[in-house]
Amino acid sequence: MLLFIAKRLLLAIPTLFGVLTLVFFLVRIVPGDPALVVLGDQASPAALDALRERLGLNKPVLVQYADYLTSIAHGDLGRSLTTNRPVMGDMLSVLPYTIELTLASLVIGLLGGVPLGVMAAVKRNGIADWLARIVSLIGLSFPAFVSGVLLLVLFAIQVRWFPVISAPRSGDALERLRALALPAINLGVIMIAYVTRVTRSGMLSALGEDYVRTARAKGVPARAVVWRHALRNVLIPVVTIVGLNLGVLIGNSVLTEIVFSRPGLGKIIVNALNTRDYATLQGMMVVFAFAIVVANVLTDLVYGLVDPRVKTA
Amino acid sequence: MSAASPALSVDTLTTEIRSRGTWYQAVRAVSFQVHARETVALVGESGCGKSLTALSIMGLLPLGVGRIAGGAIALDGEAVSGRSDAQMEKIRGNRIGMVFQEPMTSLNPVLSVGFQIAEPLIYHRGLSRRAAEARAIELMHLVRIPSAAERVGAYPHQFSGGMRQRVMIALALACAPKVLIADEPTTALDVTIQAQVLALIAGLQKSADLAVLLITHNLGVVASVADRVLVMYGGDVVESAAVRDLFARPTHPYTSALLAAMPRADRSSAVIAPIPGQVPTLADMPAGCRFQSRCPLREERCAQRPSLTAIDAAGTHQVRCWVRGGASS
Repeated sequence: MLLFIAKRLLLAIPTLFGVLTLVFFLVRIVPGDPALVVLGDQASPAALDALRERLGLNKPVLVQYADYLTSIAHGDLGRSLTTNRPVMGDMLSVLPYTIELTLASLVIGLLGGVPLGVMAAVKRNGIADWLARIVSLIGLSFPAFVSGVLLLVLFAIQVRWFPVISAPRSGDALERLRALALPAINLGVIMIAYVTRVTRSGMLSALGEDYVRTARAKGVPARAVVWRHALRNVLIPVVTIVGLNLGVLIGNSVLTEIVFSRPGLGKIIVNALNTRDYATLQGMMVVFAFAIVVANVLTDLVYGLVDPRVKTA
Repeated sequence: MSAASPALSVDTLTTEIRSRGTWYQAVRAVSFQVHARETVALVGESGCGKSLTALSIMGLLPLGVGRIAGGAIALDGEAVSGRSDAQMEKIRGNRIGMVFQEPMTSLNPVLSVGFQIAEPLIYHRGLSRRAAEARAIELMHLVRIPSAAERVGAYPHQFSGGMRQRVMIALALACAPKVLIADEPTTALDVTIQAQVLALIAGLQKSADLAVLLITHNLGVVASVADRVLVMYGGDVVESAAVRDLFARPTHPYTSALLAAMPRADRSSAVIAPIPGQVPTLADMPAGCRFQSRCPLREERCAQRPSLTAIDAAGTHQVRCWVRGGASS
C-alpha cells in the first residue's frame, strides 16, 4: 500500500511541473505591463523601473521562470499586487472554508446519490427511479449560481431557516453548520445528480452480471445481492465520476462562495480578477492545479480500496 | 422423504420465455429423475432449453422474461415448485448447488474467494463469518486448491480458470446439498483441466452421495461421466436412454446427427457431418415434431407432435419420433 502511494505521488510530479510551466507562460502572454497596472499611467518612469526591479520583471524570462519555480518549491506564491500581502498567507487563511464546503457537498452527493441510484435501478420506473430522474435533471441543468440564488430566496428569505450571508461570525459549531448548509446543498445537488446517474446505470449492468446470478444461486438474500455483491462493483465507476468531478466541484465552489457571500478561495479569485492582480491570480491557479492533482492522487488511492485488482497492477 | 424418493424429480416441466410480447414454450413437458450418486446429462445445441430447465429448477428464471407454465419439481419427494423467491432463497445453495459455465465472470471480482465460499454457510447455517471462512479453507482443500489457507483471502483474478471453477464447486457444495446442477462446467476450460474438474465432481459425488444434473453439448463428456442422457431439441426431450444404450443405438434422427457431427479420433474429419440448417427461433418453431425442418426422414405425420415412447422391453430407452419410435430392431 505504501509503495502504491509513493508510486502515485511520483507520477503526480511531472503533471504538476507541466501545470506550473503552463501557468507561468500564460500569465506572461497576457498583454499589459503589470507595473503599469499597479502604479497607473501617471507613474514616473523611475517608479515603474523600481517596481519592475522589485518584481523581477526586468530579468530574462528564463531566469524569472527559474526564480518562480524556486519560490514555489519553498512554498512562496508571491505577493499580491494590490495589498502586497503574501498570496500564500491569504490563501491559507480561507482555505479551510473551501475545503469544508467541498467535503460537505461530496458527502451530500454520495449519501444522497448512491442510495437513490441503487433504488432507481432495482425498481425501474418506480418512485425512486422518477425521483432520481428529476434530481439528475435539476442538478445537471441548473448552473450553480442560479440554483444558489433560488435556494437563498426560498430558505433564507421566504422561510428564514438559514442565514443569507454564509460567513460564520463565530466559531460556534452549530453556527458554522447553519452557514455551511445552503452552499453545501447547492453544490451537493450537482454531485447527487452525477452520482445517481452513474450508480443507476452501473447497478443496471451489474445486476445482469454472472456473479449476481451466482450469488442468487447460493441463496444470498435479494437485499444482500444488491447492496453487497452488485454495489461493491458499482463503487468503482462511482469513484471515477466523483474523482473527475472534483475539479468541477472546485470550480462551482468559486461561484457558490460568491452567491452566498462566503469566505473562500472563490472570493480571492474574483477580487484578484476585478483588480487585475496578476500575481494573486497566478498563485491561485497554482493552488487549484495542486488541488486537482491531490484530488486525482486521492482518487487513485480510493480505487486501491474498492477494487482489489488495482493493488497488484 | 422416503429412501425411494429421487433426490431431484422433474415432472412435465414447461417453461415459457417472452419474446416481443409473446410467451413461447421453450421447455415442453420435460420429465426426469436424478437419484443419489447418479449423473443425468441434458444434451443439445444452444437454445434447446437445457439451461432454462436448470434455471427453472433453481427458481432463477429472469423476471418478466421467463416463467414456469406447468409441471412440478421435487427435492427428496418434497415439492418445491411454486414457492416464492424468499422461500427459494432458503433452498438455493442449501439443498441444491449450481455451477455455471463461465468461471471467469461467475465469481464476484471484488469479494475474496474465501468469503464467497463462506457466504452460503453464513446464510443457511447461521455460522459466524470467522467460522464460515475457517470452513471455507476446508472446502478449498476438498476441491484440491493448493495452499488453501494462504489463498482464502485472495481474489478471483489471482486464480486460473480451472482454480476458479474449483472455487465455484466449493461454494456450490458448501452446505452439502444433495443435488448439484452443473451447467457446462468444463466448456470454458482447457482440455486437460476439463478432465481434472470432471474427475473432481465425480469424486465428490461418490463421497457425498450427490445427485448430479450435468448440462452439456459435449457428447465426449457425456460418454465419460453420465449414467443417463436426455437429448433435447427445441424444448422437447427427443430421446432418453441409459448412456450405453444411447451410444449403442442412437435412435432419434437428431441424436444420430449429433453423434455424426462429433469429431472423433477413430475417423477422419471428412466423415464429420454437420447438421444442416439452424435451430429455428422459438417464434418459427414448426408445429408437430420440432426437428422436422432439419430432418432427413421427415414424413407427413411429422406435422403432428409425436409422443415419447419406449423402444425397448424395459421401457428405459425412449424416443420422440414417428419414423424411428415404433421400430424395434
